[in-house]
Amino acid sequence: MIRKYTISIFTENFFGLLNRVTIIFTRRRINIESLTVSESEIKGVHRYTLVIKSEEERVKKLVKQIEKLVDVLKAFYYINEETVFQEIALYKVSTHALKEGRNFERLIREHHARMLTVESEFVVIEKTGHKEETQELLRELQPFGVLEFARSGRVAVSKPMKKLSSYLKEMEEEQLVSA
Amino acid sequence: METLTKTVGAELKMTQTMTGAEAVIQSLLAEDVDTVFGYPGGAIMPIYDALFDYQHFINHVLVRHEQGATHAAQGFARVSGKVGVCFATSGPGATNLITGLADAMIDSNPLVCITGQVASHLLGTDAFQETDVLGVSMAVTKWNCQVTKAEDIPGAIAKAFYIARSGRPGPVLIDITKDAQFGQLEFNYEPCGIIRSYVPKQKLDIEKAREAAELINNAKKPFLLVGQGVILSQAEQVVLNLVEKADIPFAWTLMGLSAMPTDHELNMGMLGMHGNYAPNIKTNECDVLIAVGMRFDDRVTGDVSKYARQAKVIHIEIDPAEIDKIIPADVPLLADAKEAVSILSELVLPNKHADWVDSFREMAAIEEEKIITKDLFPQKEGMTMGEVVRNVSQKLDGDGVLVTDVGQHQMAASRYFQFKRTRSNVTSGGLGTMGFALPAALGAKLGCPERDVVAVIGDGGFQMTLQELATIYQTKAAVKILVLNNNFLGMVRQWQQLFFDKRYSFTEMVNPDFVKVSEAYGIPALKVEGRENLDEGLKTMLETEGPFLLEVMVEKEDNVFPMVPTGASVSDIRLE
Ligand SMILES: Cc1ncc(C[n+]2csc(CCOP(=O)(O)OP(=O)(O)O)c2C)c(N)n1
Ligand SMILES: [Mg+2]
Repeated sequence: MIRKYTISIFTENFFGLLNRVTIIFTRRRINIESLTVSESEIKGVHRYTLVIKSEEERVKKLVKQIEKLVDVLKAFYYINEETVFQEIALYKVSTHALKEGRNFERLIREHHARMLTVESEFVVIEKTGHKEETQELLRELQPFGVLEFARSGRVAVSKPMKKLSSYLKEMEEEQLVSA
Repeated sequence: METLTKTVGAELKMTQTMTGAEAVIQSLLAEDVDTVFGYPGGAIMPIYDALFDYQHFINHVLVRHEQGATHAAQGFARVSGKVGVCFATSGPGATNLITGLADAMIDSNPLVCITGQVASHLLGTDAFQETDVLGVSMAVTKWNCQVTKAEDIPGAIAKAFYIARSGRPGPVLIDITKDAQFGQLEFNYEPCGIIRSYVPKQKLDIEKAREAAELINNAKKPFLLVGQGVILSQAEQVVLNLVEKADIPFAWTLMGLSAMPTDHELNMGMLGMHGNYAPNIKTNECDVLIAVGMRFDDRVTGDVSKYARQAKVIHIEIDPAEIDKIIPADVPLLADAKEAVSILSELVLPNKHADWVDSFREMAAIEEEKIITKDLFPQKEGMTMGEVVRNVSQKLDGDGVLVTDVGQHQMAASRYFQFKRTRSNVTSGGLGTMGFALPAALGAKLGCPERDVVAVIGDGGFQMTLQELATIYQTKAAVKILVLNNNFLGMVRQWQQLFFDKRYSFTEMVNPDFVKVSEAYGIPALKVEGRENLDEGLKTMLETEGPFLLEVMVEKEDNVFPMVPTGASVSDIRLE
């Protein structure tokens, strides 16, 4: 069954590593829908969050190939239900929209969005949520004239309670075996 | 003669100030490197300059093309078990390494390649001979890195060696900018033994080992596959212990060749597309398939949907990504092959499978009659590759190292060369790189100077790296070069004959006079045209001191059989 998977990759913070990770997808013709890189809860460990559409069999193999990279500490994959995730979207709309008064403000309120900034020529609206939600707001803002739209990649934390640090501990033990 | 002004390795004081270039050499010495294959150029000149003072410690082999350096290093690594080391300059020097890196990657050969790079302030400016070597080599290395500061050199090299040889071995590349080579550092070498993000070997799950032993104990028709992992983990003896104790017939992959003696009574020959009849057929009849250190390449499996479906599969493998990649394992044993098989051989009970083993022999007899006899004792005028290879093999009495290129001659040699010692087969298995054999043979000879090394090469592949004749001449390495000339890109012609209606599209070659070519390089050579001259020719080749090239004219349009056509099941192996 093809569905969305979130892949979380914990890595060393070395340059070039992102490239190493993405060529694994390229080689298998898997399109990356979104990609976010940030720090993790452990100092010095980076976290990549990728979203792809694929089948579990393929994702499983893919994650093993990623984990095989020397500078990757751990890689996991999840279906949506196994994570809590968000994206952030920014909408730049002409100030004229404000003249629509009530309608415009109600729309923003209803979507739990907020006005990030009001400039003389434009306003910027911010909304966090799932893609369908930010997309819906985009659709409804279109009549007001959307000058620019940008949406971030997904950020996600997993529901299982096992901590990265305990995975790293396990790895340390295995390294002692092989040393 | 240079005087020995340099101190090395252990004698080196705790720390010493030196240039990055000299630190490269000192680090290699600390890793016990005694041979380097390379080619100089602008961006690596400081390293070559430092090397000049260490010629008594490191034998630098000046190849004639950087691809040759990689294949030579592969040959060296394969026979010796050591890490092969290459030097190349930036830009074209580095890009010339790519084929060899890809070959080493897919065949798990430990290599450390050091490339010079333009000075760090020029990176990204399209400077002369600047190529993004990290980017270009990423897909074909186990690991790579760029060093821009002298003080980072020893650490990078230590890491490189550790990664190259540990776990599933592979090629690594270190790109060192020119300013890092010129820079100064306090040299202090710490070998690397741990990288926190890297688990080279897993701890064997003893429960799984018990499950595997149980399967083997209950098996009526067990069958074991020997991959290169057996050689890499030095599991040859423990595998023999296991198969002898439980009476398990086994077969080897192309990369597993030579792990056990050819004439071991349980050795059923080679798997795969041009492997032997019995092991291919029996793959689909066995009830327990024990795969050791192999990755189910499509040349081995044929159609995976019709591969060993009836069998319980035990997959012993060091690389987690190989488990369930192609063939799902009923019992995966994620571990070093030697460790896993040792334990397994203790856990299994002594057993006998006489009928099952005999059934292999019946199939072997069919192959013997339909193919082998015709290959080895041909009734026709033209010589077969098989008879030439078997003759050399007998003259070497199973003690030589066989290096093969890619094509029909490779398959003939793999089928008919007989081995007695492990690490005696060097070939380009996963990538199938024509041009591999000549430089690989040079490397192999340097990796085991006391052994005979014979390179079996086609007339096509020979011309892809024949510039290395010069390297062989210069090093005086006693490589025996056996060119099997059919004036064709034979393997491609065979496919054209069988699957493309004999439309021989661009596979016939008008070749140069190989004897003259060889002699021009200072290497004595001889051409054999009739069967009556073969024996004498081979003798001359082996008995002449130093390198020698023997060209043998073989039948133009012979085919290699048996054959599992691409996409067919191993059961559909064709005998003609
Ligand atoms: C670098 C490279 N190019 C092309 C091929 C495809 N190929 C495989 S076998 C073969 C023919 C080899 O001819 P030759 O070296 O004469 O050996 P023969 O098969 O005749 O023994 C070719 C072209 C290859 N394996 N490697
Ligand atoms: Mg040929």
